[in-house]
Amino acid sequence: MEKMQCTCGHINPPGTVLCEACGRSLTEKEQNSKLVDMRYEGTARRSQTYNKSIVDKIWNFFSSVKVGVSIIVALLVAAAIGTILPQEQYVTVPVRTDATIEAYYSDVYGSIGKVYYFLGFNDLYNSFWFIILVGMLAISLIIASLDRFVPLYRSLKNQRVLRHQSFMNKQRIYAEGPADADSMQKAEAKLKELKYKVSTDKNGLLAEKGRFSRWGPYVNHIGLIIFLFGVMLRMMPGFYVDETLWLREGETRAIPEAPGYTLENKGFEVENYTGEDGEEKFGEALDRVGTVAKNYQTDVVLYQKPEDALPGETNLEKVKEYPIRVNQPLKFDGYAVYQMDFKEDELKTMTFALTNKETEESLGNLTIDLINPEKEYTLDGGSVVKLLGYYPDFSGFEDGEPQTKTPLPNNPGFLIEMTTPETPQGETSFITIQNTVEPFGDNDYKLAFQSVETRDVSGLTIRKDRTLPILGLGGLIFMIGVAQGMYFNHRRFWIQQQADGGIILAGHTNKNWFGLKKDLDQVKEYASLPAYTDQQEEIEKLEKEEAELTP
Amino acid sequence: MNGKKNKKKTNRLIMRSVILLLLIAAIGYTIYNSATADDVSLLEVGDDAPNFSLTDLDGNQHKLSDYRGQGVFLNFWGTWCEPCKEEMPAMDSQYGEYKDQGVQVLAVNIAQSDFEVQSFSDQFKLSFPIVIDKTKDVMTAYNIRPLPTTVLVNPEGKIERVVTGEMTEQDIKGYMEEIKPE
Repeated sequence: MEKMQCTCGHINPPGTVLCEACGRSLTEKEQNSKLVDMRYEGTARRSQTYNKSIVDKIWNFFSSVKVGVSIIVALLVAAAIGTILPQEQYVTVPVRTDATIEAYYSDVYGSIGKVYYFLGFNDLYNSFWFIILVGMLAISLIIASLDRFVPLYRSLKNQRVLRHQSFMNKQRIYAEGPADADSMQKAEAKLKELKYKVSTDKNGLLAEKGRFSRWGPYVNHIGLIIFLFGVMLRMMPGFYVDETLWLREGETRAIPEAPGYTLENKGFEVENYTGEDGEEKFGEALDRVGTVAKNYQTDVVLYQKPEDALPGETNLEKVKEYPIRVNQPLKFDGYAVYQMDFKEDELKTMTFALTNKETEESLGNLTIDLINPEKEYTLDGGSVVKLLGYYPDFSGFEDGEPQTKTPLPNNPGFLIEMTTPETPQGETSFITIQNTVEPFGDNDYKLAFQSVETRDVSGLTIRKDRTLPILGLGGLIFMIGVAQGMYFNHRRFWIQQQADGGIILAGHTNKNWFGLKKDLDQVKEYASLPAYTDQQEEIEKLEKEEAELTP
Repeated sequence: MNGKKNKKKTNRLIMRSVILLLLIAAIGYTIYNSATADDVSLLEVGDDAPNFSLTDLDGNQHKLSDYRGQGVFLNFWGTWCEPCKEEMPAMDSQYGEYKDQGVQVLAVNIAQSDFEVQSFSDQFKLSFPIVIDKTKDVMTAYNIRPLPTTVLVNPEGKIERVVTGEMTEQDIKGYMEEIKPE
């Protein structure tokens, strides 16, 4: 494309719509229209002008608003798809492997789950294509802003006071007519009083206010980019931790992603509103909805190992005891541990009575700790129950061997040998809940089930987020940008006194034309300027009339 | 005039290329990080194997650093894990072969009771030391996800290889060969 020379002699970059110097329309389309297109001050959007090398082509692609909007739409659709089924990190499976997670999706959600997993939507937000889309949005934001901001900034910085009449009379607000001899001076004074910055040149003046409003969208984009940068940092090791820890009552576990720290669960409880003891006022509501939880609480002890201690060493130092409640996380060293979930009543111990099958006479009770069973249980009368095998989650026999499918005592099975004074040779029995197998023939004795103790499992979430200040800053700048562009207007008036003493006047604002007109009314009154017209309204009125005339 | 124009054009090309490259590099780095975050991110071949200290069934302390100069065959397992069970006898027989050639096997059980681990060891008559990671501390330090996972540590204390899933006796032999001291 060629550079464009205006009739005023100024040479404009290719692609310019309105002459940078005098404001004359440079394209035929503009020359024929009644109003000028003031977007970006009629400057050339740089990307449109050069399209030579591959770099330019990529640049131009991202500079397009259409492309930007398409990326946003694609991101919205993708993000929405990610909410149809739960993401993989929120799926609870006993043992986390790709296979169990895949099985979870197909078991719980059927063929939809299968397809969902197959397409990789189970971890959508960390998929490479989703990150690429977000990255493309960032590129689009930066390039599209640069391409528009730079020429707009230059053009507003270098704008001339005197514009060609054809520029003025194509502005939306336009007036021409006779005026008093001191009208120019009075207009200048009044505009200054209204906080306009006024510059004069020969027979004309330019009054301007709130130019910084034009930078709003770009400030806004800077905020977004800072925000995206913060999100990007989350992927870097050490910046962001979001881990789940299932901690059973009595268990002590290393805290994931928090090296050196260990957490012990002293007890978990759920408390419901009872409707009694000062809670009578909730009675009605409780009758209506049933149970309402009052408190979820895990009493924990936090331990820390000395700096030089190795993983696996047990020289823990107590840091503090803390009751973790909803929204009252345990905080330490930039981490926060939240109460998120719970499972009640996992088996903890089982109590049996060693009983003579015939007489139903008991030789005493024994309690097996399902978390840490003992080898032998000796009863008072000299009887001994020996544990030969323990299968916490019994799932059946394989080659005559009892199997366990998880390490959790969901369905405990015991292979035991009972020795009593009456049966000193010992009797072997395999016990599961509600089922006893006697592999070597009929026994005289059995273990009769008496009772269980249970324990609760607390679901905790460990969080650390060093990117929050960055996200906050991004958000703040974003809001500043929005306010800048929304609540402030860039208003300009061009006034020129012509040789015959008459005045022409044009006004422009990026938004809030009502406010502009109010300013102008005051100036007009004070400086007795000619009456103005809103040409946009005129055109609309004409079009409406035409539409009414044509049947 | 023409020269100036060309210079401007070259500058523009450089400017645009630099901005694009920077942005693409940032995206690439993010994808790389996200892709490796789920993996054994703390464990990469060539890294120092994190030192640890665990107690075995007989009450002996085993420190990884004590085995410097030997290859260490570090196997993470649980009694409920089918493939773990399958590979144990093979590991034991290869341990017999390579023990005298400077390869140590350490089987790290994930937080199970002494009773279960002991009866498992008795059942399979395992001769290598079995340590129990009671608080899952070492499991966390090694970022172990699926079981079984085997970490091969060479005589210099560096990670030679990370194997997830079941190994055949042939595999085990090959791996021991890899970490055998010269």
